[in-house]
Amino acid sequence: MSKVHVELNVNGQPEEVLCEPQQSLLDLLRDELHLTGTKEGCGTGDCGACTVLMDERLVCSCLVLAPEANGKKVVTVEGIADQNGLHVVQQKLLEHAALQCGVCTPGFVVAAKALLDKNPDPDETTIRYWLAGNLCRCTGYDKIIRAVQDAAQELKATTTS
Amino acid sequence: MSRFGYVAPKSVADTIHLLHDCETRGERAQILAGGTDVIVQMRTFDREPRTLVDVKYIEELNRVSIEDNETYIGAAIPSGVLNENQKLKSLYPGLLESADLIGSTQIQGRASIGGNLCNSSPAGDTIPALIANAAKCLIAGTHGTRNVPVEDFVTGVGTNCMTRTEFLLGLILPRPRPRTQDAYLRFIPRTEMDIAVVGAGVSLTLDHDRVCTHARVGIGAVAPTPLLVTKAAEALIGTQCDETSLQAAADACRAAASPITDKRGTVVYRRKVVGVLCYRAGVIARDRILNGQN
Repeated sequence: MSKVHVELNVNGQPEEVLCEPQQSLLDLLRDELHLTGTKEGCGTGDCGACTVLMDERLVCSCLVLAPEANGKKVVTVEGIADQNGLHVVQQKLLEHAALQCGVCTPGFVVAAKALLDKNPDPDETTIRYWLAGNLCRCTGYDKIIRAVQDAAQELKATTTS
Repeated sequence: MSRFGYVAPKSVADTIHLLHDCETRGERAQILAGGTDVIVQMRTFDREPRTLVDVKYIEELNRVSIEDNETYIGAAIPSGVLNENQKLKSLYPGLLESADLIGSTQIQGRASIGGNLCNSSPAGDTIPALIANAAKCLIAGTHGTRNVPVEDFVTGVGTNCMTRTEFLLGLILPRPRPRTQDAYLRFIPRTEMDIAVVGAGVSLTLDHDRVCTHARVGIGAVAPTPLLVTKAAEALIGTQCDETSLQAAADACRAAASPITDKRGTVVYRRKVVGVLCYRAGVIARDRILNGQN
């Protein structure tokens, strides 16, 4: 059995990669496409550091085989900001000092943005449950939760004004 | 075989062919759905190379159909997708809650009920809820398909009744009778993202005099396999599911359990808690009917 040919779209960009059947989507992103924003934490789906969107659903890229991403649309942390600058979730994480070492942050950014896209007005409990698959050993979570609440407020203000 | 392989067949027949070819060559094949158990196992304690057969492109494994008599749930549908199906949630709230208890948002984007069943853990959360709903497993093999009641599917810790040339297509659930509701509860020492210490699923049907006409009780993490507890159901049928009969059902669950002591709980504790959860799940299912949820 030889390498598997994988065609996918990453952050709006079509990509073609040859990969090993047992390689993960995380390996493909980091080692083949050199998109190193997505981090490897546990490698077993517990920590959420490798969170990406695949066909608009949050997944741990460590638990997706690279061949499974064939034909899929993937969004990583590199695809969250646009030409106008940081996404409001990223800006609020900065303002609230909601990160220290930063290894978990790309996963939180992707997961929190996905939440606000789906539910623009989540309460604190909803945010905490939604982000339960993203572990952070530095902040104690409160600052992250407050940053996401603040981002939701700001998004609401900009869409209603 | 010394290398991994990956194939994504588009049909049931192609999948059976692949499984059969691997079997003939003496090579290992493994069905891959959401991968939240398979890939973790592949990266930790079971690194042996194998051909991964991705079944997510097969129509039969991705379909939900709700008919007058029965409901079919494709084996590979992620729990996050199932929980967006309001009709399914209103028919089987306990089953959908059991799927919603498993893993994080990220895991729920991939993990399926069929995968939970095929992983065949004693503590799989959806299994007692499927048992309570009298679900049948639709299994494809070289000689066509066969149905197996969920309570007979898991044969031991991590093992099930399928041969190496068979795979699970989906689950067939009878359409709930009028005034039927289900509930599933598990105990874990935290609020989420944990493996059940004990689980219990209950489905009840009450007539208009509030008398229970049908009941099914499934329990998990208290025996080598999830169990159907017929005696617990018998304790409820013919009663109004009041404190006395629910307590009798709880006692029947305690009697049926044969738990082990491990890091999650002791034999004594698990035996006590399985009764408590049966009782409480029974109250929830009963009150869902009395509060007119269907």
